[in-house]
Amino acid sequence: MSENTQPTGLQDKAERNVWLFAFLTFLTVSVAGIVEIVPLFYLDSATPAKNIPGVVWDRGDKTLDEWKEGDGVRPLKPLELAGRDIYQKEGCYLCHSQMIRPFRDEKERYGHYSLASESMYDHPFQWGSKRTGPDIARLGGKYSDEWHIAHLIAPRSVVPESVMPNYPWFMENTVDGEEIKAHMRGLRIVGVPYTDADIESASAITGKTEMEAMVAYLQVLGTMVKFQEGVTYRE
Amino acid sequence: MEEAAAEQKYNFDVVRWFAVMTAVYLVVGALVGVYIASELAWPVLNFDSPYLSFGRLRPLHTNAVIFAYGGCILMATAFYTVQRTCAVRLWSDKMAWFTFIGWNIIIVSAVITLPLGITQSKEYAELEWPIDLAIAVVWLSFMFNFMMTIANRKTSHIYVSNWFFMGMMIMITILHVVNSAAIPVGLFKSYSAYAGVQDAMIQWWWGHNAVGFYLTAGFLGIMYYFVPKQANRPVFSYRLSVIHFWALMFGYVWLGAHHLQYTALPDWTGSLGAAVSIAMIIPSWGGAVNGMMTLSGAWDKLRNDYVLRFLIMSLAFYAMSTFEGPIMSIKTVNALSHYTDWTIGHVHSGALGWVAMVGIGALYHMMPRIFHTPMYSQKLINMHFWTATIGTVIYVVAMWVSGIMQGLMWRAYDEYGTLAYTFAESVEAMHPYYAMRAIGGGIFLLGAVIMLFNIIMTVIKAKGQGSVKAAQTAAVAA
Repeated sequence: MSENTQPTGLQDKAERNVWLFAFLTFLTVSVAGIVEIVPLFYLDSATPAKNIPGVVWDRGDKTLDEWKEGDGVRPLKPLELAGRDIYQKEGCYLCHSQMIRPFRDEKERYGHYSLASESMYDHPFQWGSKRTGPDIARLGGKYSDEWHIAHLIAPRSVVPESVMPNYPWFMENTVDGEEIKAHMRGLRIVGVPYTDADIESASAITGKTEMEAMVAYLQVLGTMVKFQEGVTYRE
Repeated sequence: MEEAAAEQKYNFDVVRWFAVMTAVYLVVGALVGVYIASELAWPVLNFDSPYLSFGRLRPLHTNAVIFAYGGCILMATAFYTVQRTCAVRLWSDKMAWFTFIGWNIIIVSAVITLPLGITQSKEYAELEWPIDLAIAVVWLSFMFNFMMTIANRKTSHIYVSNWFFMGMMIMITILHVVNSAAIPVGLFKSYSAYAGVQDAMIQWWWGHNAVGFYLTAGFLGIMYYFVPKQANRPVFSYRLSVIHFWALMFGYVWLGAHHLQYTALPDWTGSLGAAVSIAMIIPSWGGAVNGMMTLSGAWDKLRNDYVLRFLIMSLAFYAMSTFEGPIMSIKTVNALSHYTDWTIGHVHSGALGWVAMVGIGALYHMMPRIFHTPMYSQKLINMHFWTATIGTVIYVVAMWVSGIMQGLMWRAYDEYGTLAYTFAESVEAMHPYYAMRAIGGGIFLLGAVIMLFNIIMTVIKAKGQGSVKAAQTAAVAA
């Protein structure tokens, strides 16, 4: 049987006044965001490894090209950024994660677990939510450039079981350095430390194919940090 | 006579348009879904075309079902129920039309831009910044009109369905504005204002609350009006409604972190998300019980009331999904289920079983009342019910099996202590289930086509009879 309980107190007041009701709802839904999200912007535990030597690149006045593999996390070079733009555009993140969890099988299959600092310049993050294909957080250096090109043009030519689409148009389409410059300027506004010289250097990539950009991006994934034995990078 | 009075008192014009578009978009969204499901089973269907490739069409599928189908049924039902429960006409007819036209322009722009690869690449928030701005404006027009209508009401208290609609509108406004914050670098390109771990948390705070508020709170608003109406019984328990509402508003917002278990997100955040997720079983089941028990003493109605069948089946799926979700948020379960098809199965038991079915039930309830003529065919409604149910069950079972199998294959070791399967072997093992999923989705799509046909025939019938005109011009006792 239905109850005929009448509202009382604040509930009764709210049910009689739409603005009070809306205000109380606003307060109620705000709590979780304040507790869970706001601290991530200032707590050190959000990026616990950032002060461990070799995790974030100590750039000094070096150029991006002077960075060597394992020097630490750095902003993407123009051609790599162009590749990342294509990665976003084609929706690669819908089937590939870039986030290795601290499990034995993932360590053996993909490599060292991912660090928050490794995506500190990723606007937006590319951790993904689904592995229809494998995780690619540490894909860089695992295969040759030639393998990647063959795989992107026709995945089933090298992995017969694959269900990935073919991307033949990567060979024909080219990237525009001026556009990438604008992208780098935008990223600088939201916190990626690009120098004027970095941005200027993007002119040189005009005319390169989307394939070259994609391969450059895929080959740098996971290669920035050189992990040391016995160091705990997460609490 | 009563219907004619309602027609003249309320604005049903805009509701009629939203209602018909709902049926159109359900077919479109499900069709794209079946197509991309087939691409995963038979990748040749990508046809080497950028515009048909899975990565570009998948956001089109999610946007079409969530914002086109979901948006239209939410706006149709919100405008329909707020007038009836407040006994007053919409605050502004013009603003309601602005909402209708604006929302449909946004949908069309999504259909154009997503296959072109114009995307922010944040799941369920892919649309680029100019469209995001338009969404904010149209959404605020929807909310403002709705709340002003409530402010003008002739009843003393605000009915429970309106609480849930309002909760959705307020939270989605906050989520959309915060999550979509980005720096434009061109007309069709922008980068999220946040990076890495902060962006991940904000994205899943949005992602899970698009589910929790848009697809749950909003559709609970539908449930709280249409189940009692169709059953012709008052809501089972007022007190349970109050608890259901405030617990949902407070609790749901915490859950996003459970999408990021074992990632680089700090451990405490994921654990907090999981703990609140488990607690959410209580209000969710409270709400499901509240809906189902509304039928107590009238269960026999299910025998020949096909519309009620949709509504009650949707509550069964709601209860099932809101139990499964918390289980999947537990860390040890999540370690297996995350990144697998199990998540896809869970989403679809909610999306097909709950969101689609409760919306469809509401649509079938409204149609005769806004077009002033019975549905073209009751038999087709029953046929739709069975295709929708069977299609959903096949889909969900396929994804359960494939998801758990994937999770187990990835972590399996052989007797020598090495990984038992390559990743490619796990992909190969998915093929039969991907085919089965496409078939289940196809059956669901067939049901959506049946509904669209039934609704078009009803509209044609109403036109032929002039039933809407007749209701608008009938003499009504003052």
